[in-house]
Amino acid sequence: MTAVWTIAGYGLREALRRKVFLVVCLLTIAFLALYWMGTRYAFHHIGNVAPPEGIDPRTFAGAFLFGMAMFGTLFLGVVLAIFLTLGVVRGDAERALLQPLVVRPVGRSTLLVARFLGAAAVCAPYVLILYFAGMLVTGLEGSWWPDRIVMPGLELAGGVLIVAALSLLGSVFLSSIANGIAVFMIFGAGLVAGLLGNIGHVLNSHGLVHAAKIAAWAIPFEALYQDALRSITEKTSGLTGFLLRLGPFGGAEQGGVALRLWAVAYLGIVGVVAIAGFLRRDL
Amino acid sequence: MFLCVVLGRPVDGASVRSVRFRLDRFAARQRIASRFRGFGDRTFFVASWHHSECTLGDVPAALAVSGLAKRYGAVEALSGVSLEVGESELVGLLGPNGAGKSTLVKIACGLVRPTTGRAEVCGVRAGSREARSAMGYLAELFRFPGWMSADELLKLHQRLAGSEGGERERSELLELVGLLDARARTVEAMSKGMQQRLGIAQALVGSPRLLLLDEPTSALDPVGRRTVRTLLEELKRRGVSVLLNSHLLSEIELVCDRVVILLGGKVVAAGTPAELARPRGVEIETNGGARTYAEASRDDIPRLIAELVQDGQSVYGARVLTSTLEEVYVEAVGGETS
Repeated sequence: MTAVWTIAGYGLREALRRKVFLVVCLLTIAFLALYWMGTRYAFHHIGNVAPPEGIDPRTFAGAFLFGMAMFGTLFLGVVLAIFLTLGVVRGDAERALLQPLVVRPVGRSTLLVARFLGAAAVCAPYVLILYFAGMLVTGLEGSWWPDRIVMPGLELAGGVLIVAALSLLGSVFLSSIANGIAVFMIFGAGLVAGLLGNIGHVLNSHGLVHAAKIAAWAIPFEALYQDALRSITEKTSGLTGFLLRLGPFGGAEQGGVALRLWAVAYLGIVGVVAIAGFLRRDL
Repeated sequence: MFLCVVLGRPVDGASVRSVRFRLDRFAARQRIASRFRGFGDRTFFVASWHHSECTLGDVPAALAVSGLAKRYGAVEALSGVSLEVGESELVGLLGPNGAGKSTLVKIACGLVRPTTGRAEVCGVRAGSREARSAMGYLAELFRFPGWMSADELLKLHQRLAGSEGGERERSELLELVGLLDARARTVEAMSKGMQQRLGIAQALVGSPRLLLLDEPTSALDPVGRRTVRTLLEELKRRGVSVLLNSHLLSEIELVCDRVVILLGGKVVAAGTPAELARPRGVEIETNGGARTYAEASRDDIPRLIAELVQDGQSVYGARVLTSTLEEVYVEAVGGETS
């Protein structure tokens, strides 16, 4: 275990040195400040809005804004996860930083697991803090609280961990820049899958909805995000509920326990493939 | 016959050879288990049958490579290389760029997998955890995190190597490479030569039995090279085996017990510098100047001197001429470079 913590700590200090945390902190402060301003403005003027019949404006505004905050949280978490992991294997090997570590009697699998744990130890708390900060801003400004408090945050954190695992896997085969681009494109593909699902629901196209669902489960950080969106308004019904389920940046879709189990299994599969690839890799 | 287990741990500073000697004297048995464990802290765990005398020959070579081949796509980096680095032996690896030297070293330390063939470090498969515990490595191209101090870097490697040497080991290693005063200096504030010496100290963390050095003096000035040469001699004295990959022939000639020359992924010459050297005649210094007898050998010197004296010449000295390692090398690689 000493080796695991040593390598995890080494990875984090390296990230600190590369100012990854500074960039993410600045982005986070900017995001929270803008979100607070937007929420304050929206709820101050909510009395002036005359919504169609069947829509509760406070619930709609609160859930919609918080849904966007969740997307922002996911995005920032993904940025952090990718920058912490994109060059772990090939990137560090190309910069000749990896070889002195790999020849030590620490298994390659240990090294990979340690770097994942290091990234997870930063990303998961970061996502949870940002998620609860967004919730607090929404609740205090608009007196609206999500139907489920903890589970959506955990699902967002889980989604970010999946992206971190995919980025680690990519780092075994791709150089840092190529891996960063690839993982951001996968993240974008998830976003597109969610939007296609939205369109499918509006058009009542089962084929499109089905395709979007398959795509979201193939990259389950998106399915987890959709499930988290669904969880924050799971008790909201009627037209408000229907509109909210279309969600911002991807529709709210229930995933349930099966999705959470699949997400855990997915992490395991990605981990095994990454370790197998790393073990076979010449450095 | 009965199974006997012998445990030996050297006192501080004792060389591996002296431990082996003590083991022989104490055990006086033939070892059937060829595997030693715990090279890092030099604890020997030997199972043996009470049968006959144990000899130093039973100890597995620090590095044994046999029929090693490595192919990168269409490029054959190594094809059927076999060599050994024995106990306390310093072997120099020579060859032009692209000869396969770095690939061989990388296979030995588990960074690259061979296509075919076998590589063993201290009797266990190269690349295995036990093998990596027994060796230290300095890559030709390496980088350490710039933000780390020399002391922090060694501490990191101590943790990864499982070394319990602590502060004392770090100080010893830094002193050995002449960086004791720079222990708090960050890597990015060090010159390339200092970084290279720090790299050598890093490779020595955990008291490895085998040291693999890939161009360790490439960035060093003459004084730095001399420091490394002295260091290599000291390591040899301590019983550490070294495989030294270098382009500096003079350096190899000065410190290495044996030399292996690679060309196109194959061993084209191997032996001690004296074995590899070709006789090039005899040179005799007389009052008429130096005279060279290209076909003569050492045995001919008395006769030649007698003849010169009979001719009325004054003889001031005589020496046997042999080819230098550089000449041997150029002959072996046929002037090839890349």
